[in-house]
Amino acid sequence: MKKEGKQTQGKIAGIIANLVTVEVDGPVSQNEICYIKLADIDLMAEVIKVFEKKVFVQVFESTRGLKVGMDVEFTSAMLEVTLGPGILSRNYDGLQHDLDRMEGVFLKRGDYTQALDYEKLWEYTPLANVGDTVLAGDWLGEVIENVMPHKIMVPFKFEGKFTVKEITAAGQFNVNEVIAVLTDSKNNEVKVTMTQTWPVKIPIKTFKNKPRPFKLLETGVRTIDTMNPIVEGGTGFIPGPFGSGKTVLQHALSKQAEADIVIVAACGERANEVVEIFTEFPELDDPRTGRKLMERTTIIANTSNMPVAAREASVYTAMTIAEYYRSMGLKALLLADSTSRWAQALREMSNRMEELPGQDAFPMDLPAIISNFYSRAGYVYLNNGQTGSITFIGTVSPAGGNLKEPVTESTKKAARCFYALSQQRADSKRYPAVDPIDSYSKYLEYPELQEYLKKNISETWIDKVLDAKNYLLRSKESSEQINILGDDGVPISYHLSFWRGEVIDFVILQQDAFDEIDKRTSLERQKFLLEKVLDICKIDFKFESFDEVNPYFKRIINVLKQMNYSEYESDKFNNYLTELSTIIDERK
Amino acid sequence: METKAFQKIYTKVIQITKATCSLRANGIGYEELAMVNGRLAQVVKIIGDVVTLQVFGGTEGIPTNAEVVFMGKPPVLKVSDDLAGRFFNAFGTPIDGGPEVEGEEREIGGPSVNPVRRKQPSELIATGIAGIDLNNTLVTGQKIPFFADPDQPFNQVMAMVAMRAKADKIILGGMGLTNDDYLFYKNVFENAGALDRIICFVNTTENPPVERLLVPDMALTAAEYFAVDKKQSVLVLLTDMTLYADALSIVSNRMDQIPSKDSMPGSLYSDLAKIYEKAVQFPDGGSITIIAVTTLSSGDITHAIPDNTGYITEGQLFLRKDSDIGKVIVDPFRSLSRLKQLVIGDKTRKDHPQVMNTAIRLYADAALAKTKLENGFDLTDYDERTLKFGKEYSDKLLAIDVNIDIDMMLDTAWGLFAKYFSKAEVAIRSEFMDKYWKGE
Ligand SMILES: Nc1ncnc2c1ncn2[C@@H]1O[C@H](COP(=O)(O)OP(=O)(O)OP(=O)(O)O)[C@@H](O)[C@H]1O
Ligand SMILES: [Mg+2]
Repeated sequence: MKKEGKQTQGKIAGIIANLVTVEVDGPVSQNEICYIKLADIDLMAEVIKVFEKKVFVQVFESTRGLKVGMDVEFTSAMLEVTLGPGILSRNYDGLQHDLDRMEGVFLKRGDYTQALDYEKLWEYTPLANVGDTVLAGDWLGEVIENVMPHKIMVPFKFEGKFTVKEITAAGQFNVNEVIAVLTDSKNNEVKVTMTQTWPVKIPIKTFKNKPRPFKLLETGVRTIDTMNPIVEGGTGFIPGPFGSGKTVLQHALSKQAEADIVIVAACGERANEVVEIFTEFPELDDPRTGRKLMERTTIIANTSNMPVAAREASVYTAMTIAEYYRSMGLKALLLADSTSRWAQALREMSNRMEELPGQDAFPMDLPAIISNFYSRAGYVYLNNGQTGSITFIGTVSPAGGNLKEPVTESTKKAARCFYALSQQRADSKRYPAVDPIDSYSKYLEYPELQEYLKKNISETWIDKVLDAKNYLLRSKESSEQINILGDDGVPISYHLSFWRGEVIDFVILQQDAFDEIDKRTSLERQKFLLEKVLDICKIDFKFESFDEVNPYFKRIINVLKQMNYSEYESDKFNNYLTELSTIIDERK
Repeated sequence: METKAFQKIYTKVIQITKATCSLRANGIGYEELAMVNGRLAQVVKIIGDVVTLQVFGGTEGIPTNAEVVFMGKPPVLKVSDDLAGRFFNAFGTPIDGGPEVEGEEREIGGPSVNPVRRKQPSELIATGIAGIDLNNTLVTGQKIPFFADPDQPFNQVMAMVAMRAKADKIILGGMGLTNDDYLFYKNVFENAGALDRIICFVNTTENPPVERLLVPDMALTAAEYFAVDKKQSVLVLLTDMTLYADALSIVSNRMDQIPSKDSMPGSLYSDLAKIYEKAVQFPDGGSITIIAVTTLSSGDITHAIPDNTGYITEGQLFLRKDSDIGKVIVDPFRSLSRLKQLVIGDKTRKDHPQVMNTAIRLYADAALAKTKLENGFDLTDYDERTLKFGKEYSDKLLAIDVNIDIDMMLDTAWGLFAKYFSKAEVAIRSEFMDKYWKGE
């Protein structure tokens, strides 16, 4: 990481929590990494503000015991991640140190473990040929990482055109062995290994172009796929008060979504939730690969009790790793829980530096920081014509559950899907608590996606989805009227309208994330279900009095729910289907 | 904590606020302890040679020529098995008349457990209270607060839970505890013959508020000793975390930090998380479970303290007086145990999750019917039945005086379902209906 020549040195001049001021003797750059020398350990820190000879650094560790006058060594490098085969199935901290390699029960300050296994031999196959002209990000070779084809690329830092001079023949190599020699336009030789580094705050832009995303990303979650679909390379966010189901929904996405690789950034949340992933993912079968889910998952854990400054780094580390895999032509799904904690980490530092605060004491540039981050997601065409994507879904934890707060508002401007979790739905255990009326997917308005859905689901799919939304809206209005005027103060048709929405709610929107069958619904089954439910909604059932409506619809809902709990098209499932027609025929 | 003879004594305090004082000194470590005229203080800020100390006992009467001595180390607790059965103040000094505890000195507020060294919690804690065991099942290694208005009997319920939980050690961290409540706990522990399993760190309303800031770290350092070194299951009770947070805001406001919501420091989330995240289950059997109290002001959970707490803890338990039955209940709507799904239907009977959800759904219908009634609307037959169900469910299952085992809770619920509803209205998976339905 360190470059040649004289490194800038400094001495501690002040300490407030994890903000340390350093007097320096030479040049430093914004976001440069430095190490504070505390007896026999080095504590990593990042430059976040420079004022003449005084440099403000945020320390990625507890600052207990630091003293004025202690030495600080600058590295002339920004915070970087190490990229190469062996990232999948690792558990990293926010700075990409391998948690499993650390010793002891407790995290020790300065225990910076390496990100990759440098001994492991990989089965390597070349992809490029001698004489090829290549650019940064172009594929030179390939190894198989767990089950994923992992491309060895021209390092992203290489600028300009290169010619392949030598390329190593297939064989077993460790990540540090040279697999290609390239020459630049001036005929200088450069060696390429299977590993490279990249500064996390800078987007990797080696792709050719980034079109608007258009392909549905199947998640198996009905309230998303059917009602407000997310797309490959799309962005979305899940705001919701505590306990409304943000984490459960994200975990469901991580297990089920049709992505090649999944990166989970646990950003300032509970350690036990990360442990849940550690425990479950190595056991969970991955229907896509026939292997275990953990084999295509990487976890970046900066839980709430881990150093605050590394929280901000953790989301960037995760995004950079996702960009690395996207450059290989893979579909990456990036989940961050919760982006509010990252914003709070920024707020803590900004307050300590006595910057002029914006709304709720968050830094003024928070909206820009958030939108820059979201803009790193996307669907791309690589130089070789292949495609790759990063779909990013973050959670937001609004203070007091009130969505009129800076993090939610800034994120709303940046993300295209809005999955608002409602306290009321969560209280009545209507999970997932995604509010069907407030939530939206902007992608549903994209002609590109509409085309795709028409072709891949059915010609009339969009109309049906809009129909369902309409029923939900009318149901809500009817329920308000009934509450104001009383059950017998409104026409029976109001009750009917209310219950039509309830059928959609109970049968399509509500989904038991902990039931083996119900938790994941295939697109085919979602199509079947929506059509079935809409058929029921269209029937003009005959009732004599309003108090017949509730029990009747409850029966319908009950049978449909039992169906959701049964294997698709199984005998059990078909029996319920028959039972359903009998019930419907009663009042047609 | 005694001072050593060769230590340098400073006598020039240059700034004094309500909670802090500053002086010029060199070679001081961040978070180091000091004595200011005999009062314990800790370094919270160093700018050049100006060191700011947070004085735990408050700065009332501190003169500009106060004697300041630095102790060269952060706050510590001496840990050994002798901690058991003892009562201490916030500094870890005995208040029970007994001798100082000898043992290894450990820094309090130490580092976090590496997440990969944790185990997923899976041991159920049975309390006998159906509002907890049935609807909000607790698990060792969990952290969960009671959210309650100050007039709710949270200390009584917490003491009851502590006595019924089969913990090897129970550590009470009392913050701003009234003397009466302190004596109440002492009494309960004594009467249960549990004194040898108890350790208390207490800051009462008679002590200065800033001292409270040490209590959770003291309690949790002791907890880590028993959970890690001795592989014991430790239950830590923290009451009242609202008063802890109030003390945080006193200090941060004195240090001119820009307050965020409700005049709480911007770091409130991290400050509270550092405490609650000490809850842990280890693979070798040791565990720390934290049950806390966060008092609310008139039920407002959007206030920064309960709000941040809710985002950190693994659920919350709401106590509410149910006027229909005249008893305190664990509110099933607003209470939640996040870890319950790790045990229910697995360590408990398979029908547990569905029975729990169905009962709560029907109870919600009862609440709707009640609103209808209050608004003067006619009730349907279904409404009438849910109302009756709601009342009986509240009395037989939600009330905190219930003390039965979980199978019995489930059977009681099935009994109520059949008594008031049809099979279609209950709508539980048929395999369970066939097995447990108590009607015809
Ligand atoms: N789809 C679901 N099915 C069943 N239960 C659910 C579902 N979603 C959430 N829950 C219940 O709600 C609880 C809280 O969910 P979760 O932990 O996801 O909330 P959260 O929004 O992430 O809260 P926080 O902001 O505090 O992290 C879960 O433990 C579970 O009991
Ligand atoms: Mg969560």
